[in-house]
Amino acid sequence: MQRIGVFVCWCGSNIAATVDVEAVAEALSHEAGVVFSTNYQYMCSQAGQELIQDTIREQKLTGVVICSCSPRMHENTFRKTCERAGINPYMVEIANIREQCSWIHKDKAVGTEKAIILGRAAIAKVLLNAPLTAGTSPVVKRALVIGGGIAGIQTALDIADAGFPVDIVEKEPTIGGKMTQIDKTFPTLDCAACILTPKMVDAAQNENIKIYAYSQVEAVKGFVGNFTVTIRRKARYVDETKCTGCGLCTEKCPQKKVPNAFNLGLDTRRAIYIPFAQAVPKIATIDADYCTMLKTGKCGVCSKVCTAGAIDYKQQDTLVEEQYGAIVVATGYNPIKLDQFDEFAYSQSPDVVTSLELERLMNAAGPTGGTLLRPSDKTHPHTLVFVQCVGSRCDGGEKGKPYCSKICCMYTAKHAMLIREKYPDTEVYVFYIDVRTPGKNFDEFYRRAVEEYGVHYIKGMVGKVTPQNGKLYVQAADLLGGQQLKIEADMVVLAAAIEPDKSARPLATMLTASMDTNDFFTEAHPKLRPVESPTAGIFLSGACQGPKDIPETVAQAGAAASKVIGLLVKDHLTCNPCVAESNELMCNGCSACEKVCPYGAISYIDKDFRGPGRTTLKRRVAQVNPAVCQGCGACTVACPSGAMDLKGFSNAQIMAEVDAICK
Amino acid sequence: MRDSIETIRRISGVNPLKCMKCGKCTATCPAYDEMEYHPHQFVDMVVNDRLEELMSSKGIYLCLSCFACIERCPRGVKPGALVETVRLSVIRQQDQNHLKPQDIPALLEEALPQQAVTSALRKYRR
Amino acid sequence: MTYSYFPGCTLKTRAKDLDRWGREAMEALGITLEELPEWQCCGAVYPIARDEIALRLSSVRALAAARDLGRPLVTLCSACHHVIKRVNGDMQHDETICDRANNYLKLDNPYHGEAQVLHYLEVLRDSVGFDKLKEKVVKPLTGRKIGAYYGCLLLRPSSELAFDDPENPTIIEDFLRAIGAEPVIYAQRNECCGGYVTLENRDFAKKRVAAVLDNAAALGAEALVTACPLCMYNLRENGGTMPIYYFTELLAEALGIKEAEA
Repeated sequence: MQRIGVFVCWCGSNIAATVDVEAVAEALSHEAGVVFSTNYQYMCSQAGQELIQDTIREQKLTGVVICSCSPRMHENTFRKTCERAGINPYMVEIANIREQCSWIHKDKAVGTEKAIILGRAAIAKVLLNAPLTAGTSPVVKRALVIGGGIAGIQTALDIADAGFPVDIVEKEPTIGGKMTQIDKTFPTLDCAACILTPKMVDAAQNENIKIYAYSQVEAVKGFVGNFTVTIRRKARYVDETKCTGCGLCTEKCPQKKVPNAFNLGLDTRRAIYIPFAQAVPKIATIDADYCTMLKTGKCGVCSKVCTAGAIDYKQQDTLVEEQYGAIVVATGYNPIKLDQFDEFAYSQSPDVVTSLELERLMNAAGPTGGTLLRPSDKTHPHTLVFVQCVGSRCDGGEKGKPYCSKICCMYTAKHAMLIREKYPDTEVYVFYIDVRTPGKNFDEFYRRAVEEYGVHYIKGMVGKVTPQNGKLYVQAADLLGGQQLKIEADMVVLAAAIEPDKSARPLATMLTASMDTNDFFTEAHPKLRPVESPTAGIFLSGACQGPKDIPETVAQAGAAASKVIGLLVKDHLTCNPCVAESNELMCNGCSACEKVCPYGAISYIDKDFRGPGRTTLKRRVAQVNPAVCQGCGACTVACPSGAMDLKGFSNAQIMAEVDAICK
Repeated sequence: MRDSIETIRRISGVNPLKCMKCGKCTATCPAYDEMEYHPHQFVDMVVNDRLEELMSSKGIYLCLSCFACIERCPRGVKPGALVETVRLSVIRQQDQNHLKPQDIPALLEEALPQQAVTSALRKYRR
Repeated sequence: MTYSYFPGCTLKTRAKDLDRWGREAMEALGITLEELPEWQCCGAVYPIARDEIALRLSSVRALAAARDLGRPLVTLCSACHHVIKRVNGDMQHDETICDRANNYLKLDNPYHGEAQVLHYLEVLRDSVGFDKLKEKVVKPLTGRKIGAYYGCLLLRPSSELAFDDPENPTIIEDFLRAIGAEPVIYAQRNECCGGYVTLENRDFAKKRVAAVLDNAAALGAEALVTACPLCMYNLRENGGTMPIYYFTELLAEALGIKEAEA
């Protein structure tokens, strides 16, 4: 027979002003199983907790109901209180009479009545509570970072600095990501390569970091603290251990007409290539789509010129399997394709470029050696039109993205300013819907573009770009000036919306990590847990979680690293004991629970059961991995035979609460 | 006037509150120079109950019905549908036909396709 | 193969060339266009107002007739295609319009958008195939630089017409390639020529026509093709010396049915 104690908190006047706490304590004292009921001004205070502990000992309580604030606030506090007095922490129930009664009701009688009902429900539940013990699982002290851009590099460096080994998987032949393609960074205008390449080298040289470049994650199994990941190392056709990165092959290869992806197709490279001079690892890669040797078996020039004997046309993809305690997603972003926005004539004129293409056209290591020239005729452009929000903030169906891409206002101000500074004979127009520059020194930066550099900022959009006679005729709205402008431009630069990398969606499926409708990874809590996925052990770094600039990405990368470190320092993880449990005798093997489980915690096994006589029967039954289960309860609802139950929130407990409320 | 605005919204199927005032419609409009109110203003004036001004505007007969503003609006607002609907609410009033059948013969010429006359009568007359 | 065919008023009078060569060319390609019995004018303008039911009825009649014949309905005139395709969309997706139209018509079998509406070019692309068409060409238009003039009605609104990419259409260019011509891609090919205002404001229409023709000429077009009788009239009457053809004329020419104009 249970002995329940009820403790009603005033929360100062927060509760007591709208709920008659004495009446509540008195009413609940008559409930079956209740042997003690009282009220106190601040139950969470030291004195309040001592009152609870003393009562537990004196009254030999087996269960406790606290009528107070939300369990989110103090459930843990009171569980610890009771544990110190010798009863199992899961024998405590909270009735929320603050957020659900006093804060939302004005009438004291109504508030009081509802508080009593909620108290009754908690008592009905605690009567069915059973002591629960949290299990533990070991932690593999190694982390995996998926994506080797600035987000992934920073996260890996921070984890490695704390002394934990960390692997980076990068799908491109080099780490560095988008930032390697960027010329200068706002708002300080320092050179992107100058601040990034030292970090790339640090990562390569750090003995705790292992880089799997030109590789991708193939499969993920396991759970927090104990993931098993299969990594596909794509064939480079170059032996990484032998290649010295001298680059001779990339000069001698006769296949010269390969679009250079690093320069976004604005120039060409060879079929064997090193993306750029500071690549890490600096190893050549053969592009199998263009290599004559791989396609026809004839050529072999690179093999002949390679003094290290590193070329291996027979190389195959290899699979590596590794164990990790934590996984960080840092898969980044890409500008969207602009084929649905051809009113800007992007497909019709090479002089209509995206902002990322402009970065390459302004970069000293880019196709024009840093001199801004029109792609069509390599002449100096005199009039440039920038268009903001191309594909951002759309709500028209399949076209574009509903969100603000966040980084475009600032990089466009940067481009406009740099062009005006370097080429004072240019006229630069920026068409905007809103200029959004929240951030330290950001608005000042944009204002400098207007006030010091004379960039023409015009509120309105561009409606149509007509290439004709070597010019781009831009038809646009000047909403504040009340006119439709027709500008003869030499170049048009489109601030394309950014979207998550295409690899993110299949990866999310492998990780059972949730995504929003735009394929950005969802965080565990938008404010309070911004770098964790709701799936335990999966962390988020950079633009895979939402559009971000470099400073924000680096900050989030560090935050993700600290969360990973916080996990890896533990030898064991305490599991949440309120997990699902399958009653094997009732399970009919239908898989309904497995299908709804968002965490991949349920699997099916064929198990031997004793049959009539001395026979054994094999039956397919569900099994819950308690280390992976997050206790969401989806399976208990889906199970048609009632075999699934959630410990601490069993069907019987929930029904008892409902009955108590309806009584 | 409130009722008329509601009618305009209902029969055009347009929710003008979706407009984010980017001006894409006005940037796109090939009839900009001919109209005293421009597509984004149509949307704004419908929101702000300025229907009478729109109804007395000559520009409603100069919209080319080219649907470019509808196509390019990033918010799915359909300014062109509002222009059509405002014009319709004018010609639905008594004796407000913009084009009268007796005007037609003077406009006819050898090569003029039926389509031109039919569409004009449909667009400008009740 | 036989399709139902909605010619429309203008194709019976001022735009006979669009109709005649269209039918003869299809016949040569093994497809018969069978005119719907008792079709009525589509009204030339799609009624945007959702409470205009009467103006939709002639389209619904044509659509119901095509459904009863069990064949897709092929249109050729851009305006007819625009009106009939959009009304069909209303009958599929707008319950109010659908109910009210059916209440008016009292058809034996109420119509709910079951018919398929195809533009002639879609038949060429998807049923005949441009590759097949290319094989049937006997007099390719080799060396002729021709611009496609799409105008408005075939493309927009793309969510309803679903004809081609509204900003970067390719169907007429692909057609021109199939008949051996060299398509000229110019940005104004999907901008309005101002056809609707030519009755009342010819100067404005001329400005629009000039914008289209100047752009096409600057990109090297020697002639334009269109599928719209009103565009044809407007581009010819309010333009300059640029020859304008219906695309079916060039098709018939390439198939050897029609003599090339001098």
